[in-house]
Amino acid sequence: MVERYTLSRKLFIVFNYTILALLSVICLLPLVHVLAVSFSSSGAAAAGYVKLWPVEFTLDSYKYVLGKEQFFLSIGMTLKRVSVGLIVNMVLTVLVAYPLSKEVQKFRGRTVYAWVFVFTMLFNGGLIPLYMTVRYTGILDTVWALVLPSAVPIFNMILLLNFFRGLPKEVEEAAFMDGAGHWTSLWKIYVPLSTPALATITLFTMVFHWNSWFDGLIFMNSPSNYPLQSYLQTIVIQQNFSSASLESIAVLQKISDRTFKSAQIFLGSLPILLVYPFLQKFFMKGIVLGSVKG
Amino acid sequence: MINQKTEPKGMNTASASSLGASRKSSSQLPLHLMILPALILILIYSYGPMLGAIIAFQDFNPALGIFRSKWSGLENFRYVMALPGTMQVIWNTLIIAVIKIVAGLIVPIIVALLLNEVRKEMFKRTVQTMVYLPHFLSWIILGGVLIDILSPTQGIVNQFLNWLGIDSIYFLGSNDWFRPVLVMSDVWKEFGFNTIVYLAALTSINPALYEAAVIDGASRWKQTINVTLPGMAPIIVLTATLALGQVLNAGFDQVFNLYSPQVYETGDIIDTFVYRIGMVDAQYGVATAVGLFKSVVSLILLSVSYFLAYRFANYRIF
Repeated sequence: MVERYTLSRKLFIVFNYTILALLSVICLLPLVHVLAVSFSSSGAAAAGYVKLWPVEFTLDSYKYVLGKEQFFLSIGMTLKRVSVGLIVNMVLTVLVAYPLSKEVQKFRGRTVYAWVFVFTMLFNGGLIPLYMTVRYTGILDTVWALVLPSAVPIFNMILLLNFFRGLPKEVEEAAFMDGAGHWTSLWKIYVPLSTPALATITLFTMVFHWNSWFDGLIFMNSPSNYPLQSYLQTIVIQQNFSSASLESIAVLQKISDRTFKSAQIFLGSLPILLVYPFLQKFFMKGIVLGSVKG
Repeated sequence: MINQKTEPKGMNTASASSLGASRKSSSQLPLHLMILPALILILIYSYGPMLGAIIAFQDFNPALGIFRSKWSGLENFRYVMALPGTMQVIWNTLIIAVIKIVAGLIVPIIVALLLNEVRKEMFKRTVQTMVYLPHFLSWIILGGVLIDILSPTQGIVNQFLNWLGIDSIYFLGSNDWFRPVLVMSDVWKEFGFNTIVYLAALTSINPALYEAAVIDGASRWKQTINVTLPGMAPIIVLTATLALGQVLNAGFDQVFNLYSPQVYETGDIIDTFVYRIGMVDAQYGVATAVGLFKSVVSLILLSVSYFLAYRFANYRIF
């Protein structure tokens, strides 16, 4: 690029790169620190020697976490809710987005349906009535309590609806000429043509289910049914504000509470870190899809 | 973007399709069937609770249920308003939400402008990768991280302050510090991700405008003020308008995982208040009344904000 830089321009460029580099580093430093603590010895962590690199490197806290049955139970529940939730969410998103992407002339109920769905984004009955509904429908303490109340993700549905509308209509028209119906059109034309949008929504949905914690906390009666994030909430957050349990006192001799919590924090975010490169590739498209509408 | 490009095509064929569609495709029954499962679920789990919210007007007793509990009119609302902390909770909610909205608007815009000046693609992408990450982690993870680094005894932030000669601060237990921590950590989580929208707006500014400005002898700074910012104005106005609907959402996930009784005075918000009254104290009717109050006010604010966005920015939800 041929551009003559004045002195002030040069100064600005240096300033700009420095600020942005600092910002990015600050974003990650807390996470790096916690990671370093998790690999440090309890003594070093308790004494505050650990900065950004493990001190007296050890895997003790990971061995302890991975030796806990509850940890694996909660991962099991999370995997269950992610898979069931993903299937339910995706199927319903596609099934609702297709009819609502039609013009009103072709699908007369469209506007009414659309408002019925969108209204749930604007208004909700609140926490207690939701809890009672979940209880009356008999799904408390099952994976369905984590899936059904959020079974129709309206935001994703709108995203997909707008994507469907952007697809060329000629293909569908041709299929209709050949005698295809709406089901064929949806599965054979719209779904295959929408893979980028569907991939984006799939990743969003997986992250949503992996990260959800509050529903697990209130809809699960027995802690053995907690998904991972709810379980971590009780370990990493709640214990901080209540007195330590007997178990953790016993363990304190060997593993400090701090390294133990740090290890769980890291393990709890590991899957997100693993899918992050894919996420980043897709979500730019997804956001732009959602925000720039015709 | 894709939409905008292909929409004209779709519009042209719309008229052709009504002529050419076969009989099978003109049947609307499959379309209704597709919607049915989602409709049933949403009627149960979204509209069910809306009806259930009538217990806000009952002296609700779980053993008797909705149909046999006694009606109490506005008693629950009167009871809540008479509680000493209620106004403080509403005030906390408003102030935390508004400061978050303002900070959450300014920081991403500035960062987007700075990123836009970066010519080295590698550097730009690296920065983006790093600043987007916290958005995808839950408040459990980030809350755990914050509790650790802000700890008054072992936290690395206080170690750093001590090294500078400043006394340790109990950030999460101090009413002076709790709100600033909420706002800063919220910015930390979301600013990167929120730059995406503005970066998209920046790339859609017509380059000819910059060329014209250069010919007119405008400096970089003048270009930013007179070309870039006006180019971003629509999306900024839109974001600000839509944020109006969020002034009662101070961020339950974040507050719930960071607060403690010591900071109820400055940090307790409507959502955490509802949780404690309802799920902890089991005063279902009262908690529902507070929740309903919030939902109704939010509905009004959201409607107003969508109306304004539609009117002035031509924004439509679907």
